[in-house]
Amino acid sequence: MKQAEIVVVGAGPAGLSAAAAAAQAGAQVLVIDENAEPGGQLFKQIHKFFGASEHRAGQRGVDIGHELLEEVEGLGVDVVLDASVWGIYDGSTVAVASQEYSWRVKADRIVLATGATENGLSFRGWTLPGVMGAGCAQTMMNVHRVLPGQRVVMVGSGNVGLIVAYQLLQAGAEVVAVVDALPRVGGYPVHAAKIARAGVPIYTSYSVKEADGDECVEKVTIWRVDDRWQGVPGSEIELDADTVTLAVGLSPMAELAWVAGCRFLHIPELGGHVPVHSAYMETTVPGIYVAGDVSGVEEASCAMEEGRLAGLWAASAAGRLSVAAAVAAAAPHEASLARLRSGPFGAAARGGKLAMDGRRDEAWGQTLTRGGA
Amino acid sequence: MSILEDGYFTLEEVLALPGCPSPEAMRGRRVAVVECGHELPCNPCETACKAGALTVGTPITNVPKIDAACCDGCGICMVDCPGLAIFILDLTRDDGRAELWLPHEFLPLPEMGEAVLLCDRAGSVVGEGQVTKVRQAKRFDRTAVVQVLVPEELAMTARAIALRR
Amino acid sequence: MNERRIEIHPILGLRPERRHVTIHFGDRPLPAYEGEPIAAALLAAGVRVFRKTSKRGEPRQLFCGIGRCTDCVMIVDDLPGVRTCVTPVRDGMRVEEQDGRGRWERERGGGEP
Repeated sequence: MKQAEIVVVGAGPAGLSAAAAAAQAGAQVLVIDENAEPGGQLFKQIHKFFGASEHRAGQRGVDIGHELLEEVEGLGVDVVLDASVWGIYDGSTVAVASQEYSWRVKADRIVLATGATENGLSFRGWTLPGVMGAGCAQTMMNVHRVLPGQRVVMVGSGNVGLIVAYQLLQAGAEVVAVVDALPRVGGYPVHAAKIARAGVPIYTSYSVKEADGDECVEKVTIWRVDDRWQGVPGSEIELDADTVTLAVGLSPMAELAWVAGCRFLHIPELGGHVPVHSAYMETTVPGIYVAGDVSGVEEASCAMEEGRLAGLWAASAAGRLSVAAAVAAAAPHEASLARLRSGPFGAAARGGKLAMDGRRDEAWGQTLTRGGA
Repeated sequence: MSILEDGYFTLEEVLALPGCPSPEAMRGRRVAVVECGHELPCNPCETACKAGALTVGTPITNVPKIDAACCDGCGICMVDCPGLAIFILDLTRDDGRAELWLPHEFLPLPEMGEAVLLCDRAGSVVGEGQVTKVRQAKRFDRTAVVQVLVPEELAMTARAIALRR
Repeated sequence: MNERRIEIHPILGLRPERRHVTIHFGDRPLPAYEGEPIAAALLAAGVRVFRKTSKRGEPRQLFCGIGRCTDCVMIVDDLPGVRTCVTPVRDGMRVEEQDGRGRWERERGGGEP
């Protein structure tokens, strides 16, 4: 069996940052990712990031991605692509399927940085061709350079919905409307302002009633929702659209943590079921760490900071870094995370992580329903 | 109605922002108008401003505040703002027109001298302007700066351009 | 190539030049670029239906675009259930709309078991 000091699952912003931090501390790191290219979702983030200079604010995500890749390559990290991790045994054996064969690797420490998956939204016609995740549309246009549709209705006005709506305009599509069942725009108002002045109407307190079409979306009907989330008959607006993009949240992709026997809590603010983890990013299974969206859905900037922390602490636990040195090295990343989570827009993540800490005992009291020990 | 329901500020809301210079300050010199009013964890505008005219401070979620007397209207904050929420305004002309600098990330770019439609914060066409310059620089990181002459009365209303072609 | 291909982009610039290849969607030859996923080539060609569901025969296309949801599976070179959003095109590749779970080549009476 292969051996690795630290195995990182996922080569997105969190995983690459974890790999960089651990390798910098002197650890031998193996990153495994199921995609053909590293970078996770970072390369489709073509907007300038928020934050401060320590978060590379003002730089575009795609460029941050290239820098991160260079850093990881420079540190001699081994990155294996096109390989899916499908199991973790005894907290240390990682089972992998490559295209042609299956293999295992014994890891001293494991960092799970598997990201998140887009949520669906059920309405009549939601399975029709032309209804897709906003991230899917973003991948198609910003990575593969193909427009997912010509006339798009964006569902959800969180940052993903607003940013992807703007990027659809940049790619040459028409955004017919942004709708959100909530009475207020969910994302940063400055993102909303960019699409509003480009002529995109934003319908708050509206939801999709149905998408119609023979074999694909040809028409979308939206309607107002009341304060009990029920559609209001008579308030329908018909939109001529060929595409509906859903930006209605993400859920942590935590299957590997489940099979490894990690304890979970359901924290809505973090996107659903999250593996309980400490400030050291370690889960309830010793030696298994989490970072990025799998530990609670946030922005890529947060994922990168969490990755640094997980990498540092995993390397420290593997004996590469004294606790004192790790504490010192972690401090700026912790401060940076706190800054990213400050203010009203960081309240969900802040509150979610706090709630997780407060409810740790509850997680230990649960019977494990899936997986290990 | 406000930006939180419709996605855009009303003029009254903008005028009340700490990043909006006073009408007197606007008359005196070319200045930045910072249309950012929510506590976002973000401060590149402060970092960008070498003149010290923009302050976010601590915490990082403070709404940016402008000291218009220090602002020289250079526009670097505008291209560094990830929210494209800063505009440069020159009301010092005396021909009834104002020059507006807009951050612009769409193609095709307008041409110098081109007559373009002016859109307000809601995207409605409110008039016509004339492009005086389109600037692109490595420093701007692919955000173009479109300089456009607009009727003076639209200086605080027009916030985007649309091409006629 | 066509209006769905984003040839020039305000942030990403010109589309990187890649070798042209041809894939076959049913009996229709479609132009594609080396390295792009099958789904991108089909989207660019305006193909809306990738498969039909097994029970109700409903049309499906793309949903997640990153290999998670399996909404976009098709029969590729006689192999059903291929995730077209993460499988790169190859010159001469044969892509077919998948009916239900599709059929393996051996069930159709040919090829290796």
